[in-house]
Amino acid sequence: MGKKSTKSVRDLLFGDLWEYAPAPQSSGFVDLKDHYGHFINGEFVTTEETFETINPATEEVLATVSIADDATVDRAVKAARKAYDNVWSKMPGKERAKYLYRIARMIQEKSRNLAVVETMDGGKPIRESRDVDVPLAAAHFFYYAGWADKLEYAFPGATVKSLGVAGQVIPWNFPLLMAAWKIAPALAAGNTVVIKPAETTPLTAMLLAEIFQEAGLPPGVVNIVNGFGETGAAIVNHDDVNKVAFTGSTQVGKIIQRAVAGTDKKLTLELGGKGANIIFDDASIDQAVEGIVNGIFFNQGHVCCAGSRLLVQENIAEEVLTKLKHRISTLIIGDPLDKNTDVGAINSRDQLDNIKRLVDIGEAEGAEKFQPRCTLPDKGFFFAPTVFTDVTPSHTIAQDEIFGPVLSVLTFRTPDEAIEKANNTPYGLACGIWSDKGSKLFRVASQLKCGIVWGNTYNRFDPTSPFGGYRESGFGREGGVQGLLAYLEVR
Amino acid sequence: MATDYAIPRVPSVDRVAADERAARFKSRSIKTTAKAAGLHLIISMIDLTTLEGKDTPGKVRMLCRKARQPLKGSDCPTVGAVCVYPPMVPIAKEELKGTDINIAAVATYFPSGQATIAERVDEVRRTVDAGANEIDMVINRGSFLAGDYGRVFDEIAATAEACGKAHLKVILETGELQTYDNVRLASQMAIDAGAHFIKTSTGKIKPAATMPVTLVMLETIRDHFLKTGKMVGMKPAGGISSAKLALRYLAMVKETLGDAWLDPDWFRFGASSLLNDVLMQLEKQRTGRYHSDRYLSMS
Repeated sequence: MGKKSTKSVRDLLFGDLWEYAPAPQSSGFVDLKDHYGHFINGEFVTTEETFETINPATEEVLATVSIADDATVDRAVKAARKAYDNVWSKMPGKERAKYLYRIARMIQEKSRNLAVVETMDGGKPIRESRDVDVPLAAAHFFYYAGWADKLEYAFPGATVKSLGVAGQVIPWNFPLLMAAWKIAPALAAGNTVVIKPAETTPLTAMLLAEIFQEAGLPPGVVNIVNGFGETGAAIVNHDDVNKVAFTGSTQVGKIIQRAVAGTDKKLTLELGGKGANIIFDDASIDQAVEGIVNGIFFNQGHVCCAGSRLLVQENIAEEVLTKLKHRISTLIIGDPLDKNTDVGAINSRDQLDNIKRLVDIGEAEGAEKFQPRCTLPDKGFFFAPTVFTDVTPSHTIAQDEIFGPVLSVLTFRTPDEAIEKANNTPYGLACGIWSDKGSKLFRVASQLKCGIVWGNTYNRFDPTSPFGGYRESGFGREGGVQGLLAYLEVR
Repeated sequence: MATDYAIPRVPSVDRVAADERAARFKSRSIKTTAKAAGLHLIISMIDLTTLEGKDTPGKVRMLCRKARQPLKGSDCPTVGAVCVYPPMVPIAKEELKGTDINIAAVATYFPSGQATIAERVDEVRRTVDAGANEIDMVINRGSFLAGDYGRVFDEIAATAEACGKAHLKVILETGELQTYDNVRLASQMAIDAGAHFIKTSTGKIKPAATMPVTLVMLETIRDHFLKTGKMVGMKPAGGISSAKLALRYLAMVKETLGDAWLDPDWFRFGASSLLNDVLMQLEKQRTGRYHSDRYLSMS
C-alpha cells in the first residue's frame, strides 16, 4: 500500500495509505473572452498586434491580448491627464473614497471569479488566490479608501497635493494584488493612473477594469494597457507622466531609474530580494519550520520578499533540516485549481528555465540538493520544492535571486555572524527572525539592512504596514500611511 | 526520589503559529473516495465512551451492542474500544466476548485524579484484573502546576507498572494545563514514564480536545519517535462530535506523523456522538441522500 521507506526504520513515511482524492475548484462559471484589449478612458479598446496568455499548468491558451504601441500608451496618458485635470483632482476626498469603497466591495463580491482566473492565468494554488491574493486586494482598496478624505492628517504640519498622472508597471507574481497595491493609494491621493500588467498575467487586471466600469469610476481615472517591456518603457518615458512606480526585477529597475534621471518624475521601485530567514536555537522549532516553508514555497517562491536563504544556528541545523525535509514531503504539488494543492505551477516557461539553470549551477558548485519524492504533472511548468544544504555565501545560489521554490541553507554560530551573513547581499528587502527571546529579536532586527523584518512569522502582509526595500531591492514604501508619500507632494 | 527528577528539555511552542498551522488542516478538502476511506478509518479508531454518574449496566450493554454493530447491514468496521468506568468492566467484557473490541476503563480516580498514589494504583490493578486491557489514567494536574514534576512522573510510572500487559493512556487534561508549553512538557513526561498513548482530556473540562493542542502532542510523539524509534499513540477526546472535524484530525495525523499512525493501534478518538455522525455521512456517500438519524440506533 504505502510507499516503502528508503531510509532508516525511524523515518516517517508520508505515503499513499490514505490519499486525498482530487478536489478541483470548479471553473465552469468563469466567462473569459477570447480576446482582451486595453482599458482606456473608461472603454475597452483593441489594437492590432496581439500575444497569447496561457495557463501555465496546462499550456492551453486562455485568451489573446492586444499589445499597446507608443500611440496607444499616449492615448492612455492623455485620457488620464484629462480625467485628472477635469474630474479626479477636483473631486472632494470623501467622493473619491466612495469609489474606492465600491471597488473594494465589488472585489469581494466577485472574489470567486477573480481567484479562479488568477490561478488559471498565473499558476498559483487556488487556496492562495482565494485566501490571500483576492482578500488582500480588497483590503488595500478598503484601507486607502479610508485615507482619501483624511490626507491632510496623514503628515501633520505639512500640506499635501496630488502629483498628476501615475505610470505603473506591475509583475506577474501577484497580478491582482500588485494592481491593488499600485492603484488604491494613487487614486486615494487624487492621482490618475496608467498601468501595465505583466504579459504572462494580464487577465485579472482586465476583470478589475470591468469592475471599474461597473463601479462607474469616471473615464480615464484608471487606464490599463497591455504589452511587453516596450509598452512599459513607453509609459515610463512619456513626458506627461508625473510619477513612475515599478515592481519587478532589479535589472529593469535600473533601466527605469536611468530613464527617469534628469526628469522631474517621482519614482518608487520595488525590486528583487534574497531574504534571510534566521533561526536561532531558542526558537520554537516546529513553528519556525512552518515559517521556513511559508517563506520559500508560498506562491512557488515567486515572491520578491521570499525567505530564500535559510540561516540556521549550527547546533540545531540537523534537527531543523530533518523536520524541514519531512514537512516538504507532505507538500502537495500539482493542479493549481485543486483545493489541496500547496505548490502550483511555475508562472512561465522562461521562469522555469531560469530556475533550472540556477539549480544546475547550485549542483555544479557542490551544494547538496534535496527534493521530496513527488510526481510532477506531464504538462505545464512545474518544479519540485528544492532545498540546498552545504551552501556558503560564495555559492551563486546564495547570491542570485532564483524566484522559485528553491531554498539555500547556510549555518551560523553567533548572532553577529547571522547579522553579517544576512546583510551580505546587494539586496535588502525582507528578513525573518525566529527566537523566543524578545530582546534578541529586537537587537538583531535593528541591525538588518532590509525594509521588512518579520519576527516569528514570515510573508505576512497587511495594508496598514509599509512594504519596501533598501539598496538593490529599491526604494519607496507601499502600504500604510507611508504608502501615500509616493503619490503626494508634501510641503 | 521526586526531587531527583530531571525535567526533560522540550522545544518551546509559539501559540500563534501553532494555531495557524492547525487551522491549515481545516482547509484540506476531503471528498469522494478519500472521504469514504477516512470515515471507515475513523470508526475503527473510536473509543466509544460512556462516563457518566448515571451509567448503569443497561446503558453499558447498549453501548457494547452498538460497538459490535454500528449500523445494521453496513460493511463498516467495529469501533476500536469501549470506554467505561471500572465497575462496568465485567459487563463490557461479557458483552464483547468473541470480538476484538478492546475494553478501556478510566482509572486513577478519574476525572480529578485527587487521591493518593496508593489508592490510584490500587484501582488500576483491580480494573485490569476485572478484564480491562486499556487503562485511561489522569495525571495529577495540581502537582504539575505546582511544579512537582517528579511526583507526576512517578505516578505515571507507577500506573504503567500496575497496568501490566494492559495499555496505558495518559490523560493530560490540557484544558487545565492551558499553555502549549505545558502540554508539550506534560506529553514528553508521560511518554518518558511509559505511556502507550497520550490523551488530551477527560471530557469533563472545557476546552477538551482542540486541533492545536493535538498538534502539539503529535509533534511530541514525532520527536520522540525520531529520537528513539519508539512509537506512541495519540487520543484526542471530548468535543469531537462531527465527521467533518474528525476528518480534519485525520489529515493532521497523516501530515504530521505519516502513514504508520493512520491505524487504530496508534490513533483513537474518545467520543460518543461522533459514531452516528460518521455513519450518517457514510450512508450519504452510499445512497447520495442525506440520512435521517431516526434510522440510526442509539449508542
